[in-house]
Amino acid sequence: MLGYLARRIVLAVAVILTVIAALFAMMRAIPGDPVRTALGPRASEAMVETYRIKMGLDQPVIVQIWRFFSTILQGDLGSDAISGVPVARIIMAQLPDTLYLVLGAMVVAVVPGVWLGVLSATKRGSLFDRVTSVLSVSVMAVPSFVIAIYLLLIFAIQLSWFPAIGAGEGLADRLHRLVLPSVALGLAWIGYIARILRASMLEVMGENHIRTARAFGLSERKIMYDYVLRIAILPTITVLGMGIGQMLSGAVFAEIVFGRPGIGKLVYDSIAARNYPIVTGTLLVTTGFFVLVNLIADLLIAFLDPRVRNVVSR
Amino acid sequence: MSRDATQAPVLQVRGLDLSYDTPAGALQALRQVNLTIGKGEIVGLVGESGSGKSTLMQAILGLLPGAAKVQGGQILFQGQDLAGLSAPQMRGLLGDRISVVFQDPMTALNPVLTIGRQMIDIQHRSRISRAEKRARAIGMLERVRIPDPESRFNRYPHEFSGGMRQRVAIAMALMARPALLVADEPTTALDATLEIATIDLLRELQAEIGCAILFITHHLGVVAELCDRIDIMYAGEIVESGATAPVFRDPRHPYTQLLFACDPAQISRPMRHLPSIGGGLPDLTHLPPGCIFAPRCPRADATCRATRPADHQAGPSDLVRCHYPLAPRLEITA
Repeated sequence: MLGYLARRIVLAVAVILTVIAALFAMMRAIPGDPVRTALGPRASEAMVETYRIKMGLDQPVIVQIWRFFSTILQGDLGSDAISGVPVARIIMAQLPDTLYLVLGAMVVAVVPGVWLGVLSATKRGSLFDRVTSVLSVSVMAVPSFVIAIYLLLIFAIQLSWFPAIGAGEGLADRLHRLVLPSVALGLAWIGYIARILRASMLEVMGENHIRTARAFGLSERKIMYDYVLRIAILPTITVLGMGIGQMLSGAVFAEIVFGRPGIGKLVYDSIAARNYPIVTGTLLVTTGFFVLVNLIADLLIAFLDPRVRNVVSR
Repeated sequence: MSRDATQAPVLQVRGLDLSYDTPAGALQALRQVNLTIGKGEIVGLVGESGSGKSTLMQAILGLLPGAAKVQGGQILFQGQDLAGLSAPQMRGLLGDRISVVFQDPMTALNPVLTIGRQMIDIQHRSRISRAEKRARAIGMLERVRIPDPESRFNRYPHEFSGGMRQRVAIAMALMARPALLVADEPTTALDATLEIATIDLLRELQAEIGCAILFITHHLGVVAELCDRIDIMYAGEIVESGATAPVFRDPRHPYTQLLFACDPAQISRPMRHLPSIGGGLPDLTHLPPGCIFAPRCPRADATCRATRPADHQAGPSDLVRCHYPLAPRLEITA
């Protein structure tokens, strides 16, 4: 298990370093002189030269790379191009709202998704199974921002059950305002999870050890939840790990449509204002978060499946 | 051990007809199957692949796939017709009065649960504490000669060898001291030395527990070694049945004779080609009108091709499904 853990962590670190390298390459690749871009066309030659030295752009590339990596790894993501506030502080202020939203979307996706998946696998071929299948595919096909707008129209404007915009104050109000955006972001995932889980449940149900469990007279409920689901849930966990990344990018739409603060809104505004330090900083933080979530997913799978941790550590 | 006529049999299959729904029509997988297993008896069920051995086993265990339908007949277990039982009633018997050991020990155990967890789970009927269940399971592992059962108890199946996994499966099957153990080719996936050890172990535990065993195999040597009686299956019918040694000496059904002649263990001198029975299994969706073996039988005549044979007693065999069962042994040159 320890060997497995070490390998996964090394891999996660490698991914993050690659992303930082890609970020550096991307900044070099942007056409135009960064100093000219920063200071504007009317800056004097002396100002440009001073700024170039201040930014370290007069140094060889290898030194620039080293400085780039070392400042980022120290947690310094640079300063806001407009206000001069450290980017890390701005992102950390916005991050919790996005995490609540993604967490809410996960709950919306996982709880009904697992339930529908298990039920359609056990009632395979029934009317319930077929209706679930058609609905899953239809909902998956609708983009989440379309769902978001319809949710707003129906539940916030027509029925007035939920407030339309904002993140709210206090726990109850925050949760209340979290419902619609979470549903908008998570709804399509219900069907996706249900489909994947159904397929892997059916595969496991056909395995010999399930026949053994039946031959010992175990109850159908025990077989489904203890013997089948425990194995069938593994691919779903992997997909959910990946899904977090999708939800983070989906959060941009949800946050704009519902007027919520968060990383997505921050990136959107920063791109509009050409505020690149914030864009790259956010990219790094979300990548780090994504890598972390996938690391957790892998460890969860290793915890649930003894074969995984043994094969890799041997 | 010969069959005691005064004691009621543990299992009696009478006139069992079973078919599968297929796109090509009803596939008549079992036809008029009669099988009797006496108390504490070991019965070998042999037949080639596709002969219906597994279907018969699944019918006895109530683990038939959805497309299978019992069309007629009875499966009497201690006098109770299993074919008429509801799923919960059948669950009440499985793993308690009737147990099974499956063929492939590598896939027969749940890979993500420890051996111990699985052995505790199958004692779901016992109203004893978890600690007692654990102690019983460890005791059973010791009886099947798993070394160091205390620490093995918390191990996963992939940490055991194939032979050990099959012994664990035997331990699980016999833990409730069932009246009938169905062993579905339990040694086919093992190598020769492990096969002998596993059979010795089964015999030893059988003598101690006194359960009857239905031993499904295509290995004739194992039947000769282990079984009191032999039942030979061909294309969904039991064609011959009797006490093992006499049937091996003097088989009365042409199929049995050919099957024995094709057993590599019976061939003393090296040959370029191993003998085989000409032709293939018949199409069970469109049965021939006469004897099921007639198309491949070297002795078949017009009667065989026109009418189905009844079960006769012939020579040492209690049951021979053939029109001419009393014919002397043929010199087979297959």
